[in-house]
Amino acid sequence: MFAVLGDLLRVNREFALGVLLTGIVVVVALASLFSPYPPLDVYVVPPDVPPGEGFLLGTTSRGQDVFWQLAEATRNTLLFGIAVAAISRVIALTVGLLAGYLGGAVDRILMSINDTFIVVPLFPILVLFYFVMRDRMSWAMLALVMACLGWAYDARLIRSVAMSLKTREFTRQAVFSGMSTWQIVTQEHLPYVLPIVFSTTLNNLNWSIGLEVTLSVLGFTDVNTPTIGGMVFWANQHTALVAGIWWWIAAPVVLIATLFIGLFLIAASVSEYIDPRSRLARIGAAK
Amino acid sequence: MVVARQDPAPPAASTSDNPTALSVRDLHAHYRVSHFGIRRDVRAVDGISFEVGRNEIYGLAGESSSGKSTLVKTIARAIRPPLFHVGGEVVFEFPDTGRFSLYELPEEDLARLRWRHLSYIMQASMSVLNPVRRVRHSFADFAFRHIGKRAPEFWALVAGHLERLHLSASVLDSYPHELSGGMRQRVTIALATVCRPDFVIADEPTTALDVVVQKGVLEMIREIQQQMGSSVLFVTHDMSVHAYLADRLGIMYAGRLVEEGPTREILLAPQHPYTRHLVASLPRIGDRSERHGLEGRPPSLAAPPPGCRFHPRCPLAMPICAQEVPPLEDAAPRHRVACHAVKRGSA
Amino acid sequence: MSAMPLLELRDVGRTFSAGIFSRRRVRAVAGVSFELAGDRPEVFAVIGESGSGKTTLARMILGAIAPTAGLILFRGRDLRSLRSSHDRLDFMRAVQPIFQNPFEAFNPLKRVDRYLYASARRFAAAAGIAEAERLADTALHQVGLTLAEVKGRFPHELSGGQLQRSAIARALISRPSLIVADEPVSMIDASLRMTVTNLFRSLRDQLGVSIVYITHDLATAYYVSDRIIIMRKGEVVERGDAAEVLRAPRHPYSILLKDSVLSIEGANGGDATPSHATT
Ligand SMILES: Nc1ncnc2c1ncn2[C@@H]1O[C@H](COP(=O)(O)OP(=O)(O)OP(=O)(O)O)[C@@H](O)[C@H]1O
Ligand SMILES: Nc1ncnc2c1ncn2[C@@H]1O[C@H](COP(=O)(O)OP(=O)(O)OP(=O)(O)O)[C@@H](O)[C@H]1O
Ligand code: SF4
Ligand SMILES: [Mg+2]
Ligand SMILES: [Mg+2]
Repeated sequence: MFAVLGDLLRVNREFALGVLLTGIVVVVALASLFSPYPPLDVYVVPPDVPPGEGFLLGTTSRGQDVFWQLAEATRNTLLFGIAVAAISRVIALTVGLLAGYLGGAVDRILMSINDTFIVVPLFPILVLFYFVMRDRMSWAMLALVMACLGWAYDARLIRSVAMSLKTREFTRQAVFSGMSTWQIVTQEHLPYVLPIVFSTTLNNLNWSIGLEVTLSVLGFTDVNTPTIGGMVFWANQHTALVAGIWWWIAAPVVLIATLFIGLFLIAASVSEYIDPRSRLARIGAAK
Repeated sequence: MVVARQDPAPPAASTSDNPTALSVRDLHAHYRVSHFGIRRDVRAVDGISFEVGRNEIYGLAGESSSGKSTLVKTIARAIRPPLFHVGGEVVFEFPDTGRFSLYELPEEDLARLRWRHLSYIMQASMSVLNPVRRVRHSFADFAFRHIGKRAPEFWALVAGHLERLHLSASVLDSYPHELSGGMRQRVTIALATVCRPDFVIADEPTTALDVVVQKGVLEMIREIQQQMGSSVLFVTHDMSVHAYLADRLGIMYAGRLVEEGPTREILLAPQHPYTRHLVASLPRIGDRSERHGLEGRPPSLAAPPPGCRFHPRCPLAMPICAQEVPPLEDAAPRHRVACHAVKRGSA
Repeated sequence: MSAMPLLELRDVGRTFSAGIFSRRRVRAVAGVSFELAGDRPEVFAVIGESGSGKTTLARMILGAIAPTAGLILFRGRDLRSLRSSHDRLDFMRAVQPIFQNPFEAFNPLKRVDRYLYASARRFAAAAGIAEAERLADTALHQVGLTLAEVKGRFPHELSGGQLQRSAIARALISRPSLIVADEPVSMIDASLRMTVTNLFRSLRDQLGVSIVYITHDLATAYYVSDRIIIMRKGEVVERGDAAEVLRAPRHPYSILLKDSVLSIEGANGGDATPSHATT
């Protein structure tokens, strides 16, 4: 796996650029660890200072340093995306692999749940959720809700792979070697779906971050946790563009665009490598 | 339509009387595998030359994992890493394309060539059929474009073709896992022959069939071949299938061709010690006398033994066998053998 | 000892309904009965038309699918009553499969030896790695291999014959009394076929294992089997002593089957047969 990524980095321009852009964003997020100001404090620096000396990216009307605010927001947004992706991957894998392998009634039940999640309109649900929960709507709560809404499509994909793996003779060999369902699913089948999981994770990251930003910009989230969308929300609250404080908005917008493009490039360039058959070919087992 | 090669020289003395459809010259294909950082080449096809005439059925047999599938894969240019074409030429010549060297063709021409002129049925036919789509889709994907008929006529034609393979048209609406092994195999044969290509390469296409159906399928392959004047390159372990179908037979051992000649001669008067063993191990109905498999292990293709690759297991091995590679030369007219112990050229 | 049969099939049938919405039904197996004796191990051949339900029959004997009609008894016990995982394990200990395609029989992404160890742990109560390796080695010796040749190897690093023999060794670890082999030799060369069929013989004679041997190869069936059934469209059309049935079949289909066996004596000369003079 790592050797493949190394090769990709060398020969595939898009992949290299994607890694570079995503890397920049990650560095910004990591910088938040060295932030001199507590992230929630306001009026710690003079407000409305343009970018330049003293303050790299200027300061906000709320007296916060844009750079450090951005670092903090990036970290939260990234962690949010990763949390959503991780939780939804676990659900998608469990449901997809089990439904595909066990078939029958288990499959029918899991898939009807799955179909429900595929057809429900996401955005209205999330907004509704916000209005129901109001102040109890925390960052973690939102991540959980989005994870629950974001696994369905990928679970179907995984299920179809598991279904075809189930008909392969080696699965029966495993059964008659006395392996348990759990062992078969996690040891025999999981390696085949991991490449799919890898690429859908990137797409899921993009999707969840995009949705979170949208919700935050509109103020449908817990705006007290600094996130990229939250920054834009506060800037709008203070009519930053009208007031000419453009850097307050430009910084998060540029950063989120960088992240989107970076993740998109990585996902697109690895997708040709996700076919398990080409993976087999690479480890030398293609027949 | 396809780039014709400029090379005017006709291939070296054809071993059959027909014009050549395929000539393979000194073909090398290796699997490049790396193990904990150490690269090894598995030389699965190691210097093979032979020709197949137009209108001819050429059979390939040999030891398990001697490189038969690799050879036909390389000839069909259906290779992907870690398999690499390392050297040698594969030249085809069809009436309406002219001569061309397969590995010099650009990808687009290759795609146009597939199915229409050159079709390849690979071993373990399950992998061609998409497990989550009905069989009908495979026909639509592979053959519809090439046949150039309107949909109702196309499906009628497909159904007729399936019928000749003893399959009902209802298999079109099945998923691959709902079909028995033999039915799946026939579906792939149908896919590969429905366009009536000039050259059919088939890797173990009848292993899962009962003998009655097998005979029918073989008859159909032969009929198509005769109607179309096409050529067939056919791999199977079943020597009686070769006996029935093949005009000429090539025997492979450890990445090389060790014997080649008219099927009848190979099966009834084999000359190479490996071929002799192979033919002698065939069981027959009515004869329960003890038969034995070959002693010893198949040679490693990553580090094959020097000289004749069969020498560690050969009952006739002589000192020279471990040093010099026996060339594949005429032992009789149109009958080539690679063995130091076989007398040459009684022409 | 009373002679309780090892395996008994009574009027076994299996129907598949193709698709949830269609009413098309496929009768894969119908009314099959036979019995394998408990005290006399044998090689029992099943041959027949492609699609005649041989694989379906094998899967029912293995308990992988349930019959829709009739009864399958293993050592007098109805397979349907094996519900608990303890019972299932006990059953799998006694009845083991061998599959057709040795290249498909092991997960290409996994090492071959792990299946041997898994069997040793689950069925032979091997406590540690050393114990599992010892059991695997013993089983591999029975098929003419050693653990050193298989250990740490991926399937593509072994030859077809080595893989098929490893698969048989794996099946032997639990010391089964019945092996169900579905076309175990169709993908390997004639010489290896003899190695495998000779192995079946010695399993029967030395270890007392009964073998249900499904094949299309009438010649190897003649070579190793004691009794035979011939199937067509899910039904048994002829049964009896293998040598007798194959030498002088009676049912029209069996006769057709035997007549369709191609012989190598009728081989092509390869010299311009008339049809070849096109151009
Ligand atoms: N992807 C791979 N990586 C490394 N070695 C490979 C790979 N695929 C095949 N081989 C090796 O190449 C050799 C030739 O394999 P091939 O499949 O061509 O044999 P074959 O003659 O068709 O055998 P069979 O009769 O069993 O189908 C074998 O030794 C095999 O182990
Ligand atoms: N899961 C399934 N769903 C629907 N039909 C099935 C299923 N499995 C098998 N069948 C049908 O049952 C019949 C018998 O199939 P089976 O695989 O048992 O045949 P077989 O005797 O093993 O044939 P072969 O010699 O070709 O392997 C076939 O008509 C097949 O289409
Ligand atoms: S060359 Fe020597 S070792 Fe090789 S087959 Fe002939 S006699 Fe045997
Ligand atoms: Mg092969
Ligand atoms: Mg079958």
